[in-house]
Formats: sequence, structure tokens, C-alpha cells
Amino acid sequence: MDAVAVRQPEMAHEPHPRESFIRHYIFSIDHKMIGKQYFLTTMFMALVGGAMAMLMRAHLGWPDNGVLSPEQYLQAVTMHGTIMIFFFLTVMLTGGLGNLLIPLMIGARDMAFPFLNMISYWTFVPGVITILLSYFVPGGPAGNGWTAYAPLSAVPAAEGGAGLGQTLWIIAILFVVISSLFGSLNFLTTVINLRTRGMSMGRLPLTIWGAFVTAVLALLSFPVLMAALGLLLLDRLAGTSFFEASNLIIGGAASTHQGGDALLWQHLFWFFGHPEVYILILTPMGVVSDIISTFSRKPIFGYKAMVLSLAAIGFLSFLVWGHHMFVSGMHPLLGAAFMGSTIIIAIPSAIKTFNWCTTLWHGRIHFTTAMLFAIGFVSVFVTGGLSGIFLAIAPVDLYLHDTYFIVAHFHFVMASASLFAILAGTYYWFPKFFGRMMNETLGKIHFALTFLGIYGTFYPMHFIGLHSNDRRLYETTAYPFLSHTGPVDVFVSLSAFLLGFAQLFFIANFLWSLKYGPVAGDNPWHANGLEWTTTTPPPHGNWEGALPAVYRWPYDYSVPGARDDYVPQTVQAIPLVAAAGAGGGEA
Amino acid sequence: MPTLVLERHRGGTLRDVGGRGRGPSGGDAAPGREPAPVGTGLLGVAAFLAAVTMLFLAFTSAYLARRQEAGWPAFSPPWVLWVNTAVLLVSSGTLDWARRRIRSGDAAGLRRGVEWTAALGLLFVLGQLAAWRQLAARGLYLTTNPHSSFFYVLTAVHGAHLLGGVVALATVLLRSWQGRYTAQAHAGVTNCAVYWHFMDLLWLYLFVLLFWV
Repeated sequence: MDAVAVRQPEMAHEPHPRESFIRHYIFSIDHKMIGKQYFLTTMFMALVGGAMAMLMRAHLGWPDNGVLSPEQYLQAVTMHGTIMIFFFLTVMLTGGLGNLLIPLMIGARDMAFPFLNMISYWTFVPGVITILLSYFVPGGPAGNGWTAYAPLSAVPAAEGGAGLGQTLWIIAILFVVISSLFGSLNFLTTVINLRTRGMSMGRLPLTIWGAFVTAVLALLSFPVLMAALGLLLLDRLAGTSFFEASNLIIGGAASTHQGGDALLWQHLFWFFGHPEVYILILTPMGVVSDIISTFSRKPIFGYKAMVLSLAAIGFLSFLVWGHHMFVSGMHPLLGAAFMGSTIIIAIPSAIKTFNWCTTLWHGRIHFTTAMLFAIGFVSVFVTGGLSGIFLAIAPVDLYLHDTYFIVAHFHFVMASASLFAILAGTYYWFPKFFGRMMNETLGKIHFALTFLGIYGTFYPMHFIGLHSNDRRLYETTAYPFLSHTGPVDVFVSLSAFLLGFAQLFFIANFLWSLKYGPVAGDNPWHANGLEWTTTTPPPHGNWEGALPAVYRWPYDYSVPGARDDYVPQTVQAIPLVAAAGAGGGEA
Repeated sequence: MPTLVLERHRGGTLRDVGGRGRGPSGGDAAPGREPAPVGTGLLGVAAFLAAVTMLFLAFTSAYLARRQEAGWPAFSPPWVLWVNTAVLLVSSGTLDWARRRIRSGDAAGLRRGVEWTAALGLLFVLGQLAAWRQLAARGLYLTTNPHSSFFYVLTAVHGAHLLGGVVALATVLLRSWQGRYTAQAHAGVTNCAVYWHFMDLLWLYLFVLLFWV
């Protein structure tokens, strides 16, 4: 019982001669190599961003030790957020997982525009270099938060990192934005036009649906950030007054800028910023759906509802940016409207959560490391989602805004959830791309410590936040009302160190398995997706010979009467159990 | 039974045609790969133009927000903008002419039309620079007031995108020299024309936005 191979001359790749080192590893146009480049680059950036977090916690746990100066602390906060969001999660999910998986899961030879794909990676690299370079300029890197609110970001004299560091920050983000635009343009076109025959939109794996909606969001939201960054750069370098208000007194002298509107920055930024957080969560939702289905040996529950809720979340994400600005001085009616649209997002999110749970229900669950991280995703997503309900309510948000409560919220719902899905996806697809299995024991230790570390770090932050501890506060010991949160901060810091330590197991496992892991077959998980039908690792062009044809969705697990508990998408007719196979077993 | 059977039953067995995907376009793997309804190149151009649209919508909303302010210091358009507008409209005409030439198989006509379009496009960009000079002569610089700031920024961004279109035209020209376009297969020309006409319309939009809103 094999895939019916269909020759498609117009799609066939010529077998390539052995390429030079540079063409193969550096300026490759193969989506798998580009995906690995993105994967490793963003993993490195995650280490940098993680180091920033460790520094922050080292200060916050023991504020009297003076680990960081106030300026350095704000710079650590800023660079942690910037690097994790722009240089790790966004690019890992689109450039990394998207590149690796989209052509393989839809049955394409490569991306629609392979050359543009290579350009996209090589636009990202200058961004990485620029942001790292900003550590080594006078004044240090930007210290104004990943949101770069004007006027602090518009006035070079505002603070330590607001000089050259902030300028380099803007340029670095512009590189990332352009790179992401190239990428999402490519993904969108690829998913629409390069699906193999039989791979209808209704048969796409949910990972691809997630990546597809993500590409739409990125394509429509990143240009807005680009406009805002361009105007901000002009304010800083050319002396325009888009965001810098009149009558600012800087260093005792009045600013020459006139009539700029700092709120305008917030509107533009959050119009991009809210779709951005869904850019970080929709692909993970898809990845987790696929992994949960595979290891429950059950079809995903409510496929259509899963797709529609992805689309609904994507659509709604453009209508809720105002909930980041409840305290910025907004007309109360407008605030109420944003509150309503924000709460509505709970509905598609809940649909997804219930569908994951009902997929697990009565399944034969295999607790692999990938599965543990996928279930962990559901846990942290629910925890973070519930605190989101509080924050969506404008009057409650007035109290909780900018406290550690919101830090806890988005680290659960967006940061941890996204991280868990990336780790789940890495454990799940590592065998396909590197040809070897990762070590399950190390993986499970990694999961257990990470899970405990995440909850230990972020759960207590809810209480610190309810005590009105501001998220950017450097001197936490200076205020009597915070005297009770000191020990909690110590606990949080210790948990954060545990979390950081746990990642060493992952790195060790990754590097060890590359060389010494047991050799993986083509389909080690007995999964249905198209990516498991090719050889491991997939050749240039992804399939030797013709592209496979698809006859079913990727969720035919445990079909009653079938011989195996999985039926790959390329199987035309299900091989039945011999005893029950009257008239149907020959396949 | 906890699972759904997703097979189409034909003749009472599970065997012959494969499972249906769920959702609107599920179905059999058809014998040939159906040609995509929209070409891959055109889809890429459309996606790019969607991003460009969002970029200029962001500028528009910023502009309109600032426009509400009291004492908005508006200035009248430099006269050369009228000439530029006419040049750009004509360039769309020449490109459309070129596209009709290749539809009837006339590759030389295509090249002549594309050359004219690229020349007119460059002339437009020079004209925009002349408009900047006219404004500067009136003492209106990038930082003078919000209206002039937006004028310089929007014309610069539009001009940059138009220059990208000139590069695309040059590519079309090169490929036409290589004999790649025929009366039946000239998607590259169409994609380039879509982009160019969009830049044309975008300029009309910006012209109206900057001086008559």
C-alpha cells in the first residue's frame, strides 16, 4: 500500500550536482537549509534574550546587591522583550518552523519564491548584527521597552540608551520587519498555489493553517510598524515632529519640536502589536493540534471549528489594539468597544482549548516529550488566558496596567505557550530534519524542570502585580507597600534560574542527538502528515521522483476496522484487518 | 467508538476512493494537477501590494490624525505635480499598449512600450524631485511643518516603490530580449503592469489626500 505516484514534469526538480559549501550552507535557496539557518540563529538569540532575563531576575531577587544599575536594568528589560519577541519567537515560528514545514506538509518542492526566501534570511541577519552591535555603542542598547513609546524613544537625550542605541534598535527592527514581509509573502503564495494534488484547503494540517493565518497577519500588520518606525527614525535623525510633542524640556532646554503626537505612536504600534501577539500564538496552536492528535492516536476534534477559530482570532486581532491603551486617555465609549472586542476573542480561544481536551479524551495517549510540551502548552495557555479576562475589563485594567500581573499574563499566554509549542515541535520534527531521535529521558527532565520553572517564575507574579508592583520598577525595596513582596521576588528569581538551567538539558540533548541519537526511520511517530512520507532527511526537492498525491486529511488515526492505527495522507484505500477484510483488504 | 470514520462509503466497503477532507474544498485527488486559478507570480504581487496598501493606510491614519489639529499649516501644491501626474497617467497607457502588443505576439512592440513606460517613470521621479525643489524655494523643508513633513515622506516612499517598478520593467525588457514572452505566455508582463498601475493609482490617491482632504 503505497502512495500513488504521479509524475508532474513541470514541478520536477533536476537532481542538483554537489553544490559548493557556500551555495549549500550559506546562500542556500533550499527551504530546509534556510529553515535550519533561521532555527539556529533564533535559538542563539533566545540564549541572548534569556541571559537578559537572568540578569533582570538577579537584580530583582536581591535589589540591594547592585547587580545592575537603573539604566542597565531598563536596558535588560528592553532587550529581553525585543530579542525574545522580534528575534526569537516571531522569526522562529515563521522563518524557522514555517520554512521547514510548509513545503513538506503541503507536498511542494520548495517555497514559491526560493530566491526571495534566501533574501529574507539574509535581511534578518543584518538585523541580528545591528541589535547585537547596539550593546557596544556609547550609552548602551535601547532602554525604553520593546514598545519604544514616544517621546522617550524620539528624544535622543532622554536616557542612557536613548541615543545611538535606540537608533540602532529602530534599524534592527526595520530589518526584521522587511525580512518577515518577504517571508510571509512567500508562505502565503506557497500555501495557496503549491499544494500537491488532493491537498485541498480542507485537508491542510492545522500547523499549516496556523502558519497561513500568521502569514496574513504579518503581511497586513508589519507594514504599519514599518511606517511608524520610519516616522520615528525621521523624528530622531531629521528633526521632524511626528511623535515628539512641543514644549518638552530636555536637560533644561526646551525642545524645538512642535506639535507631535506621542499617542499616535501608541496607536500605530499597537495596531501592529496586537496582531503580533497572535503571530506568536497561531502557529503554535496548529503545531500543538497536530502533536496532540498524533500522540492521542485520535483525529483532531472539530477540525473545521479549529480552522474557523484560527481565522476568527486572526480577524479579531486587528480590532482590539485599544486594550493596550486603556490608561492612555481614551474616550470611555471607545474603551468599552475595545473591551467588548477583546472579550469576544475568548470564544475562539475557548473553542480551541476544549477541542484539544476532547481530542485527548478517550485517546491512547503516548507521553512522549513532544506530547508533554504540547499538553504543557494547553496548560499555560489556559492559565494565561484566564488572567486575560481580567485585563480585558477596562476598569480592572486601570489597576493592573503595567504591573507584574500583566507580565504574568503575557508570559503565560503568549511567551511560554509559544515556547512550549516550539520545543514540542522541535522534539517532534527533529528526527525528520536531522535523521536521529532526541533522547527521551533528557527530554522529560527538560520538560519537568521547564514546566516547574515557568509556573514558579510567572505564577507568583500575579500576586506581586496585585500588590501594585510596577513592571519597570528598579528599586523594589524603596516602597513600604512592597515590603511583603520581597521574599516572593526571591522565589521568582530562583525559579527563573531553574528555568534557565533546565534549558541546558535541551541544548545538551540537541547537540548530543545530532551525532549520537538513535537513527530515526522515515516515520518514527507513526504519524499521518505528508512530511513523514518522504525519506529522512528529505532530499533536495523533498521527494525522490514524483510528488505524492493526497487522499485524506492528516488525522485518520485509529480508524475502526483499519489494520494500522494510522493512515497516512497518501493512502488511497485503507488496508483493513485481515479478519474483517471481506472485500476490502487487498489495498 | 471514539473516532470518526472519514471514508466515503462506496459499495459498502471502506476501500476504494480514500477519505474526504473536511471543509469546503475536500475531495478526491484529481487525475491532473489543476492549474491554480491565479498565477504564483501574480499572487506574490498581490500580496506585496496588500502590504504596500497597509503601509500607506498607516501613513494615512497618521496624517489624518495630525490633520485634525488646530492651525494646520496647509500649502498649495507645486504646479509641477500636475505635470508629473499627467506623465504617470501616460506611462500607464504606454504599458497597457505594450501588454496589448505582446498579446498579439509583437515582442518588439512590447519592448518599445516598456521602454517608454520606464522613461516616463523616471521622468516622474525627476518631476517629484523638481517638486521638492519648488517647495524648498518656498521655504518649505522636511521639518518646517507637519504638512511638509508628510509631503516629503509620502512622496519619497511612493517614489521608492515606483523606482522598484522601474527595476521590474527593466527585468521585463531583459526577459523579452531573451525571447521569453509569447502571445500566450507573458505572465511577467501582466504582473509588472498590475504593480505599475497600482503605483499610478496610489499617486492619485496621495495627491488627493495631501492637498484636497
